[in-house]
Amino acid sequence: MFDFSRVTPSIPYILEGIGITLQIVIFAAIIGLVLGILLALCKIGTFKPLKWFANFYTSIFRGTPLVLQLLLIYYAMPQILGFNIEPIPAAIIGFGLNSAAYVSEIIRAGINAVDKGQQEAAKALGVPYSKMMKDIILPQAIKNILPSLMNEFITLNKESAIVTVIGALDIMRRAYIVGGETFRYLEPLLIAGGIYYVMTLVLTFLGQMIEKRMRRSD
Amino acid sequence: MIKVENLHKTYGKNEVLKGISTEIKEKEVIAVIGPSGSGKSTFLRCINRLEDPTSGQISVGGTIITEKNVMKVRENLGMVFQHFYLYPHKTVLENLIYAPIKVKGISKDEAIKSAEELLNKVGLFEKRNEYPNRLSGGQKQRVAIARALAMNPSVMLFDEPTSALDPEMVKEVLAVMKNLAESGMTMIIVTHEMGFAKEVADRILFLEGGQLVEDATPKEFFSAPKSQRAKEFLEKVL
Repeated sequence: MFDFSRVTPSIPYILEGIGITLQIVIFAAIIGLVLGILLALCKIGTFKPLKWFANFYTSIFRGTPLVLQLLLIYYAMPQILGFNIEPIPAAIIGFGLNSAAYVSEIIRAGINAVDKGQQEAAKALGVPYSKMMKDIILPQAIKNILPSLMNEFITLNKESAIVTVIGALDIMRRAYIVGGETFRYLEPLLIAGGIYYVMTLVLTFLGQMIEKRMRRSD
Repeated sequence: MIKVENLHKTYGKNEVLKGISTEIKEKEVIAVIGPSGSGKSTFLRCINRLEDPTSGQISVGGTIITEKNVMKVRENLGMVFQHFYLYPHKTVLENLIYAPIKVKGISKDEAIKSAEELLNKVGLFEKRNEYPNRLSGGQKQRVAIARALAMNPSVMLFDEPTSALDPEMVKEVLAVMKNLAESGMTMIIVTHEMGFAKEVADRILFLEGGQLVEDATPKEFFSAPKSQRAKEFLEKVL
C-alpha cells in the first residue's frame, strides 16, 4: 500500500514549503496580535465610533469564510488597487486581518478579567492610560489568556494550508503538486500531515515555555 | 491643604454624598468613620477623582481639581486600598519604582535608592525581590503603603487599609501608619479601627447617610458625641 520510494526525491521539495508556511504564519500572527490588541483597546474604550468600528470589523471577519477573504484579497483587490498582489503577501494580509478579529475578542476578555482595582491603583499613582495599559494591564491580561492565544496561533498554522487556493507554494500545495506528478497522493499528503503535526508540537512546546516563564510571579 | 466644598455624588437615583464641606490642614490626621454605606469611601475616592463628583469642588494645595489637572494632582495624593492592588507581575521593588520612573521621570538608580529606604521603613527590605503573591496580607499592605510613599506625596489617603487583613496582621499595618502620622504626613483614613482612630487621629469625621454628621476631636467624639446618630453608632461598635 505504501511506497515512499517514488516520492522520496520530492521530499526536500515539500520540506522547502515549511519556509513559506512559516513566513506566512509568523507575519500573519504578528499582524493579528498587534491589530488584535488595537481592536481590543477600541472595544473597551469609551470613544463610541472606534467601538462601533472594532465590533463591525470583528463581525465581518468572523462572519464570512476565510477562504472568501483570501480570494477577495488575491483576486478581487487588484481590480480596485490597479496592481497585482503576490500570493504570499496576500496570504499574510488575509490571515493577519482574519486572525486579528479572533485575537481582539480573546484580548478583550483578558483585559476585562484583570481586577478593576489594578487600573485604580495605577490611576491613583498618576500613571497615564497608555502606560497603564502597556505596563500594568496588558501583561496581566496576556498571561491569563496565553493558552487561548496559543490555540489561535496553532489554528492559524494549520489553517494556513488553504493558501493553496491562491497558489502560494506552501507545504500543502507542494504535497499536492508532488501527488499530481507521481500519481501517488497518499504518501506526499501523509508527509505534509506529519510536518504540520510536528510544527504544532513545537508551537505547543513554545507556548508552554512562555507560560512557565510568566508563571514565575505566582 | 485640602478643601472640600458642598460635595455631592449621585449614582443613578442613589444620592451617596449629600453636600459635604470640610477643610483639612497640613499635617492633620483625619479618621473618617461611620456605618457601611454612609459614603466614607466615596468621599475619599472623590478627593483623588477615582469617582467624579456630581457637584461641588475639591481643591488640593489651593488648586481646584479639574478633569485636566487631575493626573498632576494625583501624583501628590498617595492612596492605599483595602485590597492592596499591588502589581502581581512585578516584584516588590519594581512595584515601588514603577510610577516614580514612568510618571515623575526619576532615574532608575535614584528610584531604587529611595524605594529601598522606604522598604526599610516598613520593615520589608529583605522582601524586595519577591513577588506580591508570596507575601502575607499585612506585608502586601505595607508594600502598598511604601509604593504610595515612593511618589513622595504630600497627602496619603487610606481606604479601609486593614479591613481585608487577618486580625493578627492588622497591628503591623497600623504601626506603619502610626509612624507615618508621627512623621508629620497629612493623612485621611477611612477606617473601622476605633482604637486606632482614637489614638492617632487629630480629628474624627463621622459620616452617616451621605452627610457629615460630626466633626470633632477624638476625645470629644468618643466620650461625648453630640448627635444621636453618632451615639447609636458608637454603642454598636464599641
